[in-house]
Amino acid sequence: MIEAVGLTKRYGKTLAVDNLSFTVPTGRVTGFLGPNGAGKSTTMRMILGLDTPSGGSALIDGKRYRDLHQPLRTVGALLDAKWVHPNRSARAHLAWMAKSNRLPAKRVDEVLDIVGLSAVAGKRAGGFSLGMSQRLGIAAALLGDPQVLLFDEPVNGLDPEGILWIRKFMHRLADEGRTVFVSSHLLSEMALTAQELVVIGRGKLISQSSTEDFVSQATENTVRVRSPQLGALRTALGRTGVSIRDEGESLIVSGMDCADIGELAAQTGTVLHELSPQRGSLEEAFMQLTGDSVEYHTEIAEGQVPATLVPAGK
Amino acid sequence: MTALLATERIKLFTTRSPWWSMIMTLGITVGLAGMVALTHAGDRPLTVEHSQFGSQFGLMIITVMAALAVTTEYRFATIRTTFQAVPNRTSILLAKTAVVTGLAVVVGEITAFGSWAVAKLIDGGPELSIRDSGDLRMVAGVGLVYGVAAVMAVAVGILVRQSAGAISILLIWPLLAENLVGLIPRVGDDLRNWMPYVNAGRFLNGVDPEMPLSAWGALAYFAGVAAVLLGTALVVANRRDA
Repeated sequence: MIEAVGLTKRYGKTLAVDNLSFTVPTGRVTGFLGPNGAGKSTTMRMILGLDTPSGGSALIDGKRYRDLHQPLRTVGALLDAKWVHPNRSARAHLAWMAKSNRLPAKRVDEVLDIVGLSAVAGKRAGGFSLGMSQRLGIAAALLGDPQVLLFDEPVNGLDPEGILWIRKFMHRLADEGRTVFVSSHLLSEMALTAQELVVIGRGKLISQSSTEDFVSQATENTVRVRSPQLGALRTALGRTGVSIRDEGESLIVSGMDCADIGELAAQTGTVLHELSPQRGSLEEAFMQLTGDSVEYHTEIAEGQVPATLVPAGK
Repeated sequence: MTALLATERIKLFTTRSPWWSMIMTLGITVGLAGMVALTHAGDRPLTVEHSQFGSQFGLMIITVMAALAVTTEYRFATIRTTFQAVPNRTSILLAKTAVVTGLAVVVGEITAFGSWAVAKLIDGGPELSIRDSGDLRMVAGVGLVYGVAAVMAVAVGILVRQSAGAISILLIWPLLAENLVGLIPRVGDDLRNWMPYVNAGRFLNGVDPEMPLSAWGALAYFAGVAAVLLGTALVVANRRDA
């Protein structure tokens, strides 16, 4: 289990991470979601003891990372696939890491095999494509056969095949009962991968819940109703206690599905011109939740935000 | 600690720069000794000191190699991978220092004795024989000076974190700064006597009675400066975000 308690990181005047508390439960895939610049990478670096928190602490199974003995056996992490010497071979890169935690040399070949890099093990890592580098990073994370794994934006910049591979891999790790903490700025990606979600914006916690709860809450189903007798319909719907709001010439009803609204209209003899279910996209919901906390806003008039346009890159 | 030493040994020898540095150091020092011996002409015989003519150049290459061993880690962020694998930064950085220093000492001894042997083979004069402790220090001492210089370079590399900056400081300091200090009126000469690389040279080339320290005292002083720098670098590395 990973536990952050009041985690804070201050760079000069800016608060990159602001009093952040969350837990990553054992044996599940937990997504770490937030827009760019929300403090995801900083938080992960603090969990790994690379950056010192300005306040609070991050504990792994109750211990600070710096107090772990041979930490690769407990926690595996891939924060940046490019943290490799370009002139060192993939095998040599893994060999020194294995040696540092007294892991057997044969483990290097095992993990190379797991990620499918055996054929290029002797090639210099500088010549690797992003997808191959990412695999090498995952091989490094798996070296010590750790129960806890951290990945920072593992699908970023990958082609569809690479994304699919990573996604399957996460599931496999979770099926093996490992604790996986994976960050992303793409809610749709996390909805496919993670069972739990920790959502942050501007360094602050926005929510922690199961992905299912988050998605259903975030993408609440509504129904659009148009009718020449809008007033009568509103009164009839009001009696059932559902929430209604006006949107131009129509009503947006939440908490009641199309069938029930249709029945109600028939009972009260109301003519309907439109009865259509509205399903919000995950991205819209995400934008709504984190919208105020995006660090670098682009000024786009409301309603023009394309649902799929989420800032790319880290 | 043995695992950490092995870790840093793998890291050092799985990149190309130490190999190039070793070959270059060997080629330049031994090559220069050969050239000096071949072109030597004049009344005074060739001495042991002449055979070590190239050691200054070797010192520069070793310094660059040792600094790069650290700064490339920062450049490619493998220092983060390193601290992730070994969160005890002091111990892993000490292991790195030990491995780089060890290599510097070995290269220093090989090149120094190699240079001497080449000069001796070519010239063969009696003045080239190692006859007293001063002669021996002049040859065998090169490895020790290289070793201390490597510690110095690793420390500066950790502090500065980038190759160009670290190498500039490490080369400009002995070549320029230590000599310019002597130009300061009144105190210049006294100050110069306490410059680290001046003392390294004194250790190798014998004692000037005007100087405050003995030969071994001068080496100890050189090593002391390096140790203080390394200590500072370790404190800084522990405090800083990786």
